[in-house]
Amino acid sequence: MTDMPDRPSAIARRTFLLTGAAAGLSTALPLGAMADAADADAAIREIFGDKPINDGRVSVKLPPIAENGNSVAITVSAESPMSFDDHVTRMAIVSPRNPIADIALFKLGPRAGKAEISTRIRMAGTQRIRCVAEMSDGSLWQGSASTVVTLAACLIG
Amino acid sequence: MATIRIAAPDTASAGDVIELKALIQHPMETGYRSGPDGKRIERDIIERFEVTYDSETVFEADLHPGIAANPIFTFYTRATTSGPIEFKWTDQNGQSWSETHELMVE
Repeated sequence: MTDMPDRPSAIARRTFLLTGAAAGLSTALPLGAMADAADADAAIREIFGDKPINDGRVSVKLPPIAENGNSVAITVSAESPMSFDDHVTRMAIVSPRNPIADIALFKLGPRAGKAEISTRIRMAGTQRIRCVAEMSDGSLWQGSASTVVTLAACLIG
Repeated sequence: MATIRIAAPDTASAGDVIELKALIQHPMETGYRSGPDGKRIERDIIERFEVTYDSETVFEADLHPGIAANPIFTFYTRATTSGPIEFKWTDQNGQSWSETHELMVE
């Protein structure tokens, strides 16, 4: 906890979450145990470092409403020629509201041909999911999309 | 034994960007849920998914509990040469499952 003094609240929350889970208290997780926007920022910094993030080039497709947060279809894509000199190297999906901000980190290369990935994620409530892409020149780009979740994952499902 | 489903073309022309779809049957148990007895269900997560083709890793994913049960991924790769595309999943305990798909490139 002391090695990351710049974001004590996020770490304290994580620690609390882990402690609670370890003690078998997960049924009674208070809302405060969820990640928040600061945790999402911290997760992104942990993956990509402290570089500035530009808006654009990345798009996130989610349904406007999801009845069940246990499985929500998501497609993330980045505009890139995917050539040897100019391609997407990594893409991260991050949540500002799930118990853990990180959802997935994908590693691609010029051989992907197309920077587009679809999967299904859990959503512990209505939120705006973010995707950050790192290009081969080191620049970071982001996009986001939000979904209204009527039945949250994790605590119920 | 986990059920694995792969959807990929059997043939492609060199240079084509092909769609690969891979699904594995797995609970992706978050560790936050409780069972009927009120006890916490242990975390059980596939943490890594890798795809190797033409002697290179062409797609890698680090997964967290935010990925839904029975993880499915749709992604792309450029057809280069005939050969196997290998899909491999590894869970938190190091157990792994894999499947190969033969691609014929004309």
